[in-house]
Amino acid sequence: MILLDSFLVRAALAGLGVALAAAPLGCFVVWRRMAYFGDATAHAAILGVALALAFSLPIFPAVLAVALIMALIVTQLSGRGYAMDTLLGVMAHSALAVGLVAVSLIEGVRIDLMAYLFGDILAVSRTDLVVIWGGAGVVLGLLWWRWSALLTATLNPDLAYAAGIHPKREELVLTLALALVIAVAIKVVGVLLIASLLIIPAAAARPFAQTPERMALVAALIGGTAALGGLALAYFYDTPTGPTIVCTAFALFALSGLAGMKRL
Amino acid sequence: MSLITARGLSATLGGRRVLHGVDFEISKGEIVTIVGPNGSGKSTLLRCRIGAQEGGGQLTVKPGLRIGYVPQKLHIDTTLPLTVARFLALPKRPARGAIPEALAEAGAGELATRQMADLSGGQFQRVLLARALLNKPELLILDEATQGLDQPGSAAFYDLIAGLRDRMGCAVLMVSHELHVVMAASDRVICLNGHICCEGAPEHVASAPEYRALFGTGTQGALALYRHEHNHRHDETCDHTHEAAE
Repeated sequence: MILLDSFLVRAALAGLGVALAAAPLGCFVVWRRMAYFGDATAHAAILGVALALAFSLPIFPAVLAVALIMALIVTQLSGRGYAMDTLLGVMAHSALAVGLVAVSLIEGVRIDLMAYLFGDILAVSRTDLVVIWGGAGVVLGLLWWRWSALLTATLNPDLAYAAGIHPKREELVLTLALALVIAVAIKVVGVLLIASLLIIPAAAARPFAQTPERMALVAALIGGTAALGGLALAYFYDTPTGPTIVCTAFALFALSGLAGMKRL
Repeated sequence: MSLITARGLSATLGGRRVLHGVDFEISKGEIVTIVGPNGSGKSTLLRCRIGAQEGGGQLTVKPGLRIGYVPQKLHIDTTLPLTVARFLALPKRPARGAIPEALAEAGAGELATRQMADLSGGQFQRVLLARALLNKPELLILDEATQGLDQPGSAAFYDLIAGLRDRMGCAVLMVSHELHVVMAASDRVICLNGHICCEGAPEHVASAPEYRALFGTGTQGALALYRHEHNHRHDETCDHTHEAAE
């Protein structure tokens, strides 16, 4: 696999893998109005990084575990006296701050914090690629397997119950998928920009979709285009890769918005 | 034959007892309307029925009973693109031809390709009904099905339901927060307020001049007055008054 020796090819594959998994999941995030939920979970990931470094653990499982715990805590706490957006506002930024403080407390380890905040896609290794595509595969598999149940539970919990589907269980599936995407995407775009890979392609796909399936497909297409286009632009103009990918996604969103308005 | 039998049904919501000691039965082809003020436990009773709510007491359901459920309201976010036909195919894609047939039965035959978010209140209600009809239900459950419809709209919807019962032979269980106006075709009306306050047959519109005075005659008898009789004594002390139903 000489092809994989090129860091650019590895970066392109990493970006594509994350974008393809994030976009369909992002549709659920948009439909369920969970944008800040994704943000809060992603921000907690930096705490996972700190813990992994402190205990010399591999980054991926530590981030996955912390993201999952954060997501479960927020799910449990919601509806208990605080509005969801208040709760998420508290948790998202607190998790980020605690993570940043924790990283600074670790002695003897000099880490490039920027790499975790904004991603370091050009440093993706072959092992990273396996983790990313493995994680993306699991996420897409989960979504494929539970698609109808997830969609029904998203529409209305009572409709789901009436069809023998447990909405709480489906919510858990989404939470797990979200934690997985965050854990694999941290290398590509970093914790601060992960939510954008979830939400922007889904939002950009909305004007071109008549059914949920089509929205997920178009979102994946837009996400993939943004990842590859952003990487190319970053290479030519020597800009930071993660933010350039997000900028490309945003440009596609703006174009789709204009096209949508023209059609009306 | 009884489709559902409940004995001493109770339920609590957030620590508050919303249902207690409810005995209830619905038979094949019967139309039963449950009325009660807001917070009287009507929706909880229905949710017990579809398994969305844990309840105490005894609940016997005929094995393999096919239930069609029409929810109270369903907000479909505009961010979710969904055609009527796709909505009806959730969560399981029904047999070929079943969707157009159900839409036609519900009087919504022309809506298949429309977006759910673009439907009017009445159209939306018909689509929800069509969805409930897909599995040829033996029991059709409607939760505040006419909420947001005007008087002629409600009457038309009730006519549709009565016609369905006659054609398909399904039992119908519906819930309404309107204490005095119910569907005329109801075989039985149950007034619920935590427990069953009273039950009986609705009086027909024709014999209820108060109804005509209130609503005119434009609904062609699809609606009826339900006159409550609360001259019985409750065996237990209640924390609510019964004056609303006098």
